[in-house]
Amino acid sequence: MRKVKIYITLKEGVLDPQGKAVQNSLHSLEYKNVNEVRVGKYMEVMLEDTENLEEQIDKMCDQLLANPVIEDYTYTIEEVV
Amino acid sequence: MKFAVVVFPGSNCDRDMYYAVKDALGEEADLVWYKEADLSNYDSILLPGGFSYGDYLRSGAIASTSDIIEQIREAAEAGKPILGVCNGFQVLLEMGLLPGAMLPNKHLKFMCHYETLIVENAETLFTNQYDEKERISIPIAHGDGNYYCDEQTYQTLKENNQIAFTYEKNPNGSVGDIAGITNETGNVLGMMPHPERAVESLLGNEDGLRLFQSILTHWRNRHAINA
Repeated sequence: MRKVKIYITLKEGVLDPQGKAVQNSLHSLEYKNVNEVRVGKYMEVMLEDTENLEEQIDKMCDQLLANPVIEDYTYTIEEVV
Repeated sequence: MKFAVVVFPGSNCDRDMYYAVKDALGEEADLVWYKEADLSNYDSILLPGGFSYGDYLRSGAIASTSDIIEQIREAAEAGKPILGVCNGFQVLLEMGLLPGAMLPNKHLKFMCHYETLIVENAETLFTNQYDEKERISIPIAHGDGNYYCDEQTYQTLKENNQIAFTYEKNPNGSVGDIAGITNETGNVLGMMPHPERAVESLLGNEDGLRLFQSILTHWRNRHAINA
């Protein structure tokens, strides 16, 4: 079994309204040194190991989990004992 | 002319759409459940607003993986008019029939009010009953209506006259004030504002009715030529 940790973030240059709102709140808490906040998604997918695991994960991300028009993704694969 | 209004779990503007076609336009319409739908006998397919699959993951994303999508794609390739409003627009983007993607509104608020739209292209099969640059009033109701595409895609949209409607005063941050776009061949329209909610004066406004009349006019003309 593998645990895949997927991080989905908005592409650079895509305006992040949620990030902006969080940044404004941090500023109002007096964290004046916060220059930017980007809000993303984190997913954990547990799956059986297969031959082309990475290929499969890339496909999942491109087809559904991330929208390649606005989002980038990275992931790590961990062994689950 | 026979219209199909596709109902997904979570669609909630389906009856408005059905009413607009059946009663205001006076044509045949069916509400079709996405799992059982056979779209082959319909002349036009309408994807209503709402929150398909609760908008889990991203607006329209889960719906864009359902079985009926293949039929919608085939209908689009066959040249049938396909209109996606609000969540229907989001589904069309997620399934790749239209370019771009939706982000949350710039100020993150859900907005529900009338907006003035400018008809940028009055020659599409969805807009032939409007005048070029005509200003019309159509209600919006969305949280994720901030249309995004990269600069190159935007230029292509402009060059191909694919921008059907823009906002006079951009409410959500959309690139180029875009409110609605068509595909390259012009038979698929996605728009965030709700024309089906503005089809008779009793509702306060009938500027949306001419969009449905445009589809009908186009269909009748085509039929007359073929006959």
